[in-house]
Amino acid sequence: MSVAMAEVAKPRHAAWSAWLAAGRAWLFLGALVIGFELWSRLSFGATFIFNASNVRSIAVFATAPLLLAIGQTFVIISGGIDLSVGFTMGLAAVVASQVMNGTSGTLGDFGSLLAGVAAAGLVAVVPGVVNGLLIARLRVPPFIGTLGMYGVARGVAYLVAGGTTVPVDNRILSFLGNGTIGAVPVVVLVTALAMLGLHYLLSQTRFGQYVYAIGGSRQASLRAGIDVGGVTVRLYILSALSAAVGGVLYAGRFSAGAAQAGEPLLLDSIAAVVIGGASLFGGSGTLVGTLIGALIVAVIQYGLVFINVEPFWQFVAVGVVIIISVLVDQSQRKSGGRVDD
Amino acid sequence: MTEPLLEARNIYKRFGGVHALENVTFRLDAGEVVALAGDNGAGKSTLIKIISGVFPPDEGELRYQGEPVALGNPQDARRRGIETIYQDLALADNLDVGANIFLGREPMRRVFGVPVMDRRRMRAEAAHALEALDIGLDRLDRPVRALSGGQRQCIAIGRAIHWNARVLIMDEPTAALGVPEQRRVIALIRSLKLSGVGVIFISHNLADIFDVSDRIVVLRRGVNVGERPTREANADEIVRLMVGG
Repeated sequence: MSVAMAEVAKPRHAAWSAWLAAGRAWLFLGALVIGFELWSRLSFGATFIFNASNVRSIAVFATAPLLLAIGQTFVIISGGIDLSVGFTMGLAAVVASQVMNGTSGTLGDFGSLLAGVAAAGLVAVVPGVVNGLLIARLRVPPFIGTLGMYGVARGVAYLVAGGTTVPVDNRILSFLGNGTIGAVPVVVLVTALAMLGLHYLLSQTRFGQYVYAIGGSRQASLRAGIDVGGVTVRLYILSALSAAVGGVLYAGRFSAGAAQAGEPLLLDSIAAVVIGGASLFGGSGTLVGTLIGALIVAVIQYGLVFINVEPFWQFVAVGVVIIISVLVDQSQRKSGGRVDD
Repeated sequence: MTEPLLEARNIYKRFGGVHALENVTFRLDAGEVVALAGDNGAGKSTLIKIISGVFPPDEGELRYQGEPVALGNPQDARRRGIETIYQDLALADNLDVGANIFLGREPMRRVFGVPVMDRRRMRAEAAHALEALDIGLDRLDRPVRALSGGQRQCIAIGRAIHWNARVLIMDEPTAALGVPEQRRVIALIRSLKLSGVGVIFISHNLADIFDVSDRIVVLRRGVNVGERPTREANADEIVRLMVGG
């Protein structure tokens, strides 16, 4: 973690300003938890955070946006953005459900689960590749290219679903979505594994290094002989695949695939990345930051439900937090000039 | 006479009806700094672009290390050891010095069989490479954004040398720098000379040209109008050659 942090450091105050950014997110998370704890004690005389079921719920809450945010972190570090992930997730959920329903008679629970997961992965690769090619080869701005794909994935997902939700009955799938191993929900374990693997990819491999380099300077990356186009295409495939994992787990949790499964998660996932310290200008960010960001979003959402606030305030709160995070990032950029000796 | 490191013979380049270069011949020896002087539109950058592989000449021959070469593109030129240093385009600001020097060629090591990037080695070798060129940096673990323009220029040069550049082309390397920074870059060019690198140096600054170059080549309207060993040249004469008359 410290290695990756050093990489994203800001001007002069280099390493410590990155720590400060991460520290700020931790502080914010702590303040939120304390705030909800106080509110809960004063209003209901009950604890908020020292309650295992609340903690578990927050963790489960955090997994869905986090899965989208993992891929999004890579994309944002490279200086792009992927607006299509929400509906790629929905599409994957619907396709996985349809395929499992269609194959469960012949393949059994396990075989049809594998078929469903494979189908979800394959179908997600399509928007990933198209996004990547649009952005890398045809130089379409990521915002517009992936917004178009948002519409395409949305329409196709509803078409595949026949306009409704697709119920799916698969015991292994619903264990993935709702089961626990020990006291830990399986979705949390799966998400943690994905986090670990991709944290390694981002912080320890050449691919990860090139993601930072492209976000820092596309020109310099090209001149250093990096296959910028290839890395960019792979980035958007990665983003789509992480959405597909989110879609399959969604189908497990709710025993159904829905085209709109990821719709509200787009905002949450971008919020997690930005709150976690990644800059929308590219070049900085870490998955550890994104994890903290996703926890912050989950605590806000679950906490507001817990203290009986109307659920629609969640969108307002998360939206406001995104805007504030971006403002903080921008002000840092302005103040951080070069040091001349 | 020994074979030059790089030679352009009887180069012609035309853009539409404009003769950008007409029968220009240019040579560069190892360990030599040649200043390319000339007014705007004299053909300096056209010549540089031909040497660095951006486009081919219409006529004429390019020879490198005694062999005729055809450079397909800038990557091709760089692979052969002909490197152009661009102001501010060379480095990824958000990465540290080691990461920049090794960008695209990161060394890996294994931890329990898992390949990971060897950041320590990148920093150590970067420090070594910069030291060899007498580029002093107190810390290598900071993003290069935190460094001054001159330091960044030096790192870009250091990277080229570390990866065995034999010919360095510098287009106005001191233009955007303060005076102490300019000195730093000039000092670096001197030490490159000693290690046998050939440097083509384009500058509008006659003081710099006289300070660092061994030979001055003057282009005017696409024609090589004069060539003087710097020791025997004086500024008035060079300016006269540049503007004609």
